[in-house]
Order: sequence, then C-alpha cells, then structure tokens
Amino acid sequence: MDLKQLYQDIILDHGKSPRNFGKCVGYNSEAKGYNPLCGDLVQIYLKLNVEKKVEDLTFEGSGCAISMASASIMTDLVKGKSSEVAKKIIDAFLKMIKSSTEMKSDDLDDDQKTKIMSLSGVKQFPMRVKCATLSWHTLISAMEEKKEEVNTEVID
Amino acid sequence: MNIENIKSQFPIFSKKINGNSLVYLDSSNSSQKPMCVINRLNDFYKNEFSNIGRSIHSLAVSATNKFEETRMSVKNFINANSKDEIIFTKNATESINLVATTFGQQNIVKGDEILITDLEHHSNYVPWHFLRETRGAIIKFAPINDDGDIIIDELKKLITSKTKIIAVTHISNVTGTIVPIKEIVEIAHTKNIPVLVDGCQAVPHIKVDVTDLDCDFYAFSSHKVYGPTGVGILYAKKKWLEELPPYIGGGAMISEVKKDKIIYAKLPEKYEAGTMPTAEVITFNESIKFMEAIGIDNLMKHEKEIKNYALEKLRTINSVKIIGNPKNKAGVIAFMIQGIHPHDIATILDDDGVAIRAGHHCCQILHAKLNLTATARASIGVYNNKDDIDMLCKAIENCKKIFDLK
Repeated sequence: MDLKQLYQDIILDHGKSPRNFGKCVGYNSEAKGYNPLCGDLVQIYLKLNVEKKVEDLTFEGSGCAISMASASIMTDLVKGKSSEVAKKIIDAFLKMIKSSTEMKSDDLDDDQKTKIMSLSGVKQFPMRVKCATLSWHTLISAMEEKKEEVNTEVID
Repeated sequence: MNIENIKSQFPIFSKKINGNSLVYLDSSNSSQKPMCVINRLNDFYKNEFSNIGRSIHSLAVSATNKFEETRMSVKNFINANSKDEIIFTKNATESINLVATTFGQQNIVKGDEILITDLEHHSNYVPWHFLRETRGAIIKFAPINDDGDIIIDELKKLITSKTKIIAVTHISNVTGTIVPIKEIVEIAHTKNIPVLVDGCQAVPHIKVDVTDLDCDFYAFSSHKVYGPTGVGILYAKKKWLEELPPYIGGGAMISEVKKDKIIYAKLPEKYEAGTMPTAEVITFNESIKFMEAIGIDNLMKHEKEIKNYALEKLRTINSVKIIGNPKNKAGVIAFMIQGIHPHDIATILDDDGVAIRAGHHCCQILHAKLNLTATARASIGVYNNKDDIDMLCKAIENCKKIFDLK
C-alpha cells in the first residue's frame, strides 16, 4: 500500500479520533509501555471477567500517529474476545508486523483483518515497527499482570 | 569550483527515492560523497593496495607515504603545529573515548569534576560518564538559555578547583549553536584546565584553526566532511600526547617488545595500534582537497545563504516551530510541526524524497532541557540549494495536508 494512503487511512480513522481512549470503569489490570527513543507512551486498562473474557479494554497515551492508531485498532479488535483468543490475535499481529503482509487469524472477520493489515506497511521502516507494536506488548504485560514497564529498547 | 553546480559531482543525486529526486538534508548525520572521493577509494583498492608500516616492498612504501600525506593535509587543514599532533581513530567518538580514558587514568581521582554542557552529543558525555562510574568523577553541565546559547557566566561559576577538564561541542547538532570556543578556552586556561572540543559539526562547515582556538584536544570524523566512514581524527597538543598513556595496545604502537618490558612507539604511532583503515585514511585526503578546491570561505557563504533562505521560508509555514535561536547558527535546523510527531514527519517527507532526521539526535540531555522527546532536523551540506529548501517546504505542506492541518 502507498505510504501516504496508509497514513491517510490510519490518521483519519484512528489517529484523530482514537477508539476506547481513556480509563475504563472497573479495570482490574493495567500496564505501561514506553519508547524512550521517540517518547511514545501508552497505558493499557484491561477488564477481564471471571471467565477470562476481555470485557473492556481502553488506552491512554501520547506519541506518533502510528503508535496511537495501532493502540486504537488493537482495543477495537481484542475487546469482547476470550483471553485465549486475544493472545492468538496478538501473536498473529506481531508475526504480521515483522514478517508478513497478511494477518492470519480465524478469530477476526475480513473487515477487521483489512483494517489491521493497513499497519503492515511500517515493516519497510524498521525504526517504526516499535511504534506499531508498543501497545500490543503492553497489552501482553497487562494480561500477564506484570509490574514493570514495557520498554521498546528492552523487548524484541 | 562552481558551487552552484556542485551537486553534479555527487553521483547519489542521480538516484530516485520513491520516484522523486533526492533532497538530502541529513548532512549533520553524515555527508554524501563526491565522485573524486569514491574514485580515490576505488583506485586505491584496484591499483595501490597494501597495508602500511613496516613492509619493505614498493606498494607498502607508497601506501605508507600516502597515509602520511593525509596526516599532513589534516594538519594543514586545521592548522595544527605538527603532524605528530594528528591521530587517526575510527571516528570522533573513539577520539573522545581515547582522551577520556587516557586522561582519566592519569588525572582523574574520586571527586574530581568534568565540566560539559547541555548541548553535548552522547559521544561527548558517555565517555566521561565512564569516569564517573570507574573513578568517581563528578560531571557538571553548563546550562544553555532559551535561545540555545551556552550561558558563559554560568559556565564560569561551575569551574572549581576540582575541575580537571572541560569538554564542549563546537557546533550543536540540534540547535546549530556555534559555541564561542576561543572564549571558553581562555577562561579555562587562566585556571590551567584543558579543553576538549567536539568538532564534528564544525569542520565540514566553518573554518577551524586549532592553533588560534588554542584548545587542547579537537575531535572530528571524516564521514561528515565528504570523506569515507571509518576514519576519526584526534588533534591533541603534543605535550598531552607525550604525557598521556597509550589507549589501545598491539602492533604498530610499540618500538620494542621484551618479556619484561615494552617500549611504546613515538608519536603519532603510539596511538595507532593494529591495522588502520588504510584505504579510507588515504581517501580522506581527497575530501580535504575537495574542501580546499571549493574554498572554506565560499562554502561558508553558500551554506549561510541556504540556511537563511531555509529559516525564512520555514518561519512562514503555519505550525512550524524552529528549535533554538542562537546568536550564531550553523545550517542545522531542528523543528517541530505542531500536532505531528517528528517520526511521522520524517516518514512522510521521505515519501517525497526528502531525507531529514527525526529523534533525539543523540542529545537526550538537550531534549529533556527543551522538554521534548524528539525533534525533526534538516541539516545543510555544500550540495544543497534553494530548490532543496523549496522541496522541503512543499513536503512539509503535504505532510500537514495528510494531518488536516491548516
């Protein structure tokens, strides 16, 4: 996809009016992610119910358009899924962003896949991949209830 | 040499980036290379290659002579007193590490102070930090004002009887501040404190005369001066190089080796252990000739004109804010576009063929001071012209359009 097109889609759709922005009511886990190189900062608020289903998922933060859009899309796609499915979606996303153009997942519909695949274009800019993955790694951290901050200079 | 047509001497500019002509505004990071430099490197490997030093055969003698010719050219180019005061290293970073390590070994004990500034690149901070960790040194930072100039009165106040060395950049790679080195050296020398100058951003752009500056150490890199990568230069007053211990041990830096005793080589070999980047050092002579053919005064005049044009045009663009407004500014322009992250700016500008840099530019201390995590930076080289600046501004407008900014 043309880079400008990618930007246009992401910015217009998510960067400017991010979904699920703010603190959700009754969250029971949170995690913080930070990219010290560009200052991208994301805070994830996760509400898992007793059946381990993602009942609510929101984020707060600031940073480049790619990091904010990625976080916004992520919350949209993962909300409502079981934690098991959520983990599969996260894995599929991280695989796509590193080595493929396709989002391989049985848990998302075509519309959702198309949306998330718009981010695969950042692969050609390795410096920007961390912007796209920050919120996803932070979500893993929230799901595993890790205490320490996710730092893009420490993770892969 | 006609400076207006100088771009044609750089083959990279015939290359298209995403279908667009390359507008290269990242010379503070590293400069592009003219054909004469590329040819020289190629020729040396093709027809003249040999290691330098002790071999007796013709190629080795010729290569050794040419290696020393570059040293002589560097000596003349920065007006050192002797070619023994020019040491080749891997890059300016290694040059500074050489001084920090050897000077530290000999002169720094717990509680001694090293004075640097808020403008410094990480390469003129981290090597001193090592002394903080290993020898208990204290690092002090001379502050800057809102314009990006070092506050000299504050710097003076930070000098104490414990201050052992002052390390300062000649030109900031973020704000473009041209630092009054001569004044700082005078202040330091009245108290017998040596001064190291990080000259990376200065040598390619302004006249540098180390004798006139009277600094004790001056470090810079070939790759920013239209030369090859892999070559750094350390100028140091001879008395320091004689006094300080060697840095890296091995072949070439010794004159005699016995089981119970080693005698080090004389200068400059004392600091050049192992096989050097022979081809690159020899090629660097071509870069100096290139600079001299243009004439440093012509180059300065040209870059000043482009810088002023760029500042003037950028200031007319809504939402663009230029970082720092120093008294004397080189062609380094860090900027922000309100509402767009610098990394997004760099990615989108690249799509139009405009190469800038975004990030902290290895100056996290300075960015913290400015309360920013990252900035976008356009930096000028001798090949840039007004068309490049027009393209930069156009690409910024395109970028704003994508973000729906007026």
